[in-house]
Amino acid sequence: MPQDANQVKDHFELFRGAEYTDMLARKKAEFENPHPVEEVERVREWAKTEEYKELNFSREALTVNPAKACQPLGAVFAAVGFESTLPFVHGSQGCVAYYRSHFSRHFKEPTSCVSSSMTEDAAVFGGLNNMIDGLANAYSMYKPKMIAVSTTCMAEVIGDDLNAFIKTAKEKDSVPAEFDVPFAHTPAFVGSHITGYDNAMKGILEHFWDGKAKTVEPLKRVPDGKINFLNGFDGYAVGNLREVKRIFDMMKVEYTILGDQSDVWDTPTDGEFRMYDGGTTLEDAANAIHAKATISMQEYCTEKTLPFIAQHGQETVAFNHPIGVEATDSFIMEVARLAGVEIPDELAKERGRLVDAIADSNAHIHGKKFAIYGDPDLAYGLAKFVMELGGEPIAVLSTNGGKGWAKKMQALFDSSPFGAGCKAYPGKDLWHMRSLIFTEKPDFIIGNTYGKYLERDTGVPLIRIGFPIFDRHHKHRYPVWGYQGGLNVLVTILDRIFEHMDATTNIPSKTDYSYDIIR
Amino acid sequence: MSLRQIAFYGKGGIGKSTTSQNTLAALADLGQRILIVGCDPKADSTRLMLHAKAQDTILSLAAEAGSVEDLELEDVMKIGYKDIRCVESGGPEPGVGCAGRGVITSINFLEENGAYDDIDYVSYDVLGDVVCGGFAMPIRENKAQEIYIVMSGEMMAMYAANNISKGILKYANSGGVRLGGLICNERQTDKELELAENLAKKLGTHLIHFVPRDNIVQHAELRRMTVIEYAPESKQADEYRQLAQKIHNNAGKGIVPTPISMDELEDMLMEHGIMKPVDESQVGLTAADLVV
Repeated sequence: MPQDANQVKDHFELFRGAEYTDMLARKKAEFENPHPVEEVERVREWAKTEEYKELNFSREALTVNPAKACQPLGAVFAAVGFESTLPFVHGSQGCVAYYRSHFSRHFKEPTSCVSSSMTEDAAVFGGLNNMIDGLANAYSMYKPKMIAVSTTCMAEVIGDDLNAFIKTAKEKDSVPAEFDVPFAHTPAFVGSHITGYDNAMKGILEHFWDGKAKTVEPLKRVPDGKINFLNGFDGYAVGNLREVKRIFDMMKVEYTILGDQSDVWDTPTDGEFRMYDGGTTLEDAANAIHAKATISMQEYCTEKTLPFIAQHGQETVAFNHPIGVEATDSFIMEVARLAGVEIPDELAKERGRLVDAIADSNAHIHGKKFAIYGDPDLAYGLAKFVMELGGEPIAVLSTNGGKGWAKKMQALFDSSPFGAGCKAYPGKDLWHMRSLIFTEKPDFIIGNTYGKYLERDTGVPLIRIGFPIFDRHHKHRYPVWGYQGGLNVLVTILDRIFEHMDATTNIPSKTDYSYDIIR
Repeated sequence: MSLRQIAFYGKGGIGKSTTSQNTLAALADLGQRILIVGCDPKADSTRLMLHAKAQDTILSLAAEAGSVEDLELEDVMKIGYKDIRCVESGGPEPGVGCAGRGVITSINFLEENGAYDDIDYVSYDVLGDVVCGGFAMPIRENKAQEIYIVMSGEMMAMYAANNISKGILKYANSGGVRLGGLICNERQTDKELELAENLAKKLGTHLIHFVPRDNIVQHAELRRMTVIEYAPESKQADEYRQLAQKIHNNAGKGIVPTPISMDELEDMLMEHGIMKPVDESQVGLTAADLVV
């Protein structure tokens, strides 16, 4: 028997036993009509060549492992950042199960989100009744202060009109007339999760600022001295937002975080379940119209939201996921300028410590080649930091990055000798990345959990930075923004470099002649 | 002047595209800056403006380019008679895909890319009935303020007009869309004017214009021109100019329609003697049966 009740083997061990290896070998030989092992090997090797890469890059009608998710995921991300807000996705249930599990696997926290549970009859007759019943149920069951509505493909294909549906649902008393139900159309087959974040965030601000779908007078802006802060879709929201708040407090900046997910995705275990926790208050979201300026940490996450805010008379500034000394400098100085505050000495010291740490480790990163993939802003921020460290980001790929992003990346490469020969790959997927790793031969990959398979196939070590990170715990608790964040990213990169160095130099007198204990 | 958005609906083949293009050409003569958005997979809403069979549609170009995000406004917008801007949404071949989603995609694309800047009028030309959510896109809030239904004295055209009114009613409750009026495109059926006026009354609106039948429309069409351009001095051109002026003056005067039931529609035809009152005992019997 493969299993013994007194010593149950888990899946790692179980399938290595003779019972399974024999069975699987027999199955292959007798039923799978397999190609000869040599032929499989030949093709495997061929897939590592320039010739294959060219064929791979001429691929038109097929996408393999895109490094992006769909719009409603971003809409849910934006929505949970508001006080007692329940994300409500108008569409089918399975989609919503995916958003919940995706976030829960990354943040290791429950993510509350409901669907209007559309089925075949709703596809034929329209989802109005689902909206009416769904809003009523969500409101009475989960007692939110706000329900933020977005859509899946299904509702979008049949053309459900959220504005009209929500109005009708309110007339039918699903929720009180004055209850806040902002909405955004987020067709999953357009753009990616960063588009969905953008649409949902704009929808929420539009709701509060422009008269709640014509039910009240639009707000009139009376400028105050506050600064609004948009994080964009960020897998490090918990650590990053806490760090940004610490920095703002230190600088004595008056601010509003628009979409503060840091508490809802990091609730304490103390016996009380918090379906909602923290978040931007609805009052603050409305009053954010009066702010002096709005800062977006991720330009490509706020392509519609920022112009919308600018139209209301605020100055807007966008960054590309700033990581490291120079990028953080620009961020901090821009904040100081906008808020009219001084940069405190304590922060200058943090900067000095990061510079010191980078100098201490410089020898190990200088000249190393990196292949980086992720959302457009994150990929930019990481590439910039890698160049600052003396590394070379030879291939930077973003499935949801466009031509504008590629141009911006090229300008970054051109700004430093460490960018010579580096290239940006917009709209490409992880199968393209696989080819690039074989032919361009980077020393390390930087990417999310899915890079695990690239590491397996290519043998190039993966440094896990991005979203989602399913297979390492608690990384989202540590910031990557601010000087402290830069330090965290530096350490993450160094740890992997040293682990790899140790793993490849640990056979005495074969690979290890120096018996080094110091790196 | 703020942007005025109107839409033409009506039964297939009733002459929506012809009527709307002639009317819009007349509006352009009045100095209005116009954008036409064709919402019909056949893409024939702008041919009289462009003197061309069919232009490249948004969706066909998007399919070629890979995605609608790869398109520029200049790729899809053509300039026709009197600088009228022409866009065709296009759509799938008959029998496949989802034309309604195409309409949504196209209108979103146009809005996001500034097609509505610096113009006075947007006109949507929409195929047939409001068959699904996609074809209702032009009547959602902040889109068309008034809908003009092109119809005739034929039973099915009136039936369609009534159905379209039902669609408008659905959106009028929650949004700002209104029925601007009926446009009767003469088919020379019995008591056509009377019937059209009566239907308009029942729907709570008015017959905004009765466009008489004139072969000159056909002559102009064969030359891919509007009558306004082909024969500006003709009587028919004058009719379209009148219609244009009436639509222009009708801003803000639309109403929430009061659609009627099928029975009421049949009763109306009987009242006017178009349909003889039917003895219920004869329903379902063939002509041969009835002779006996």
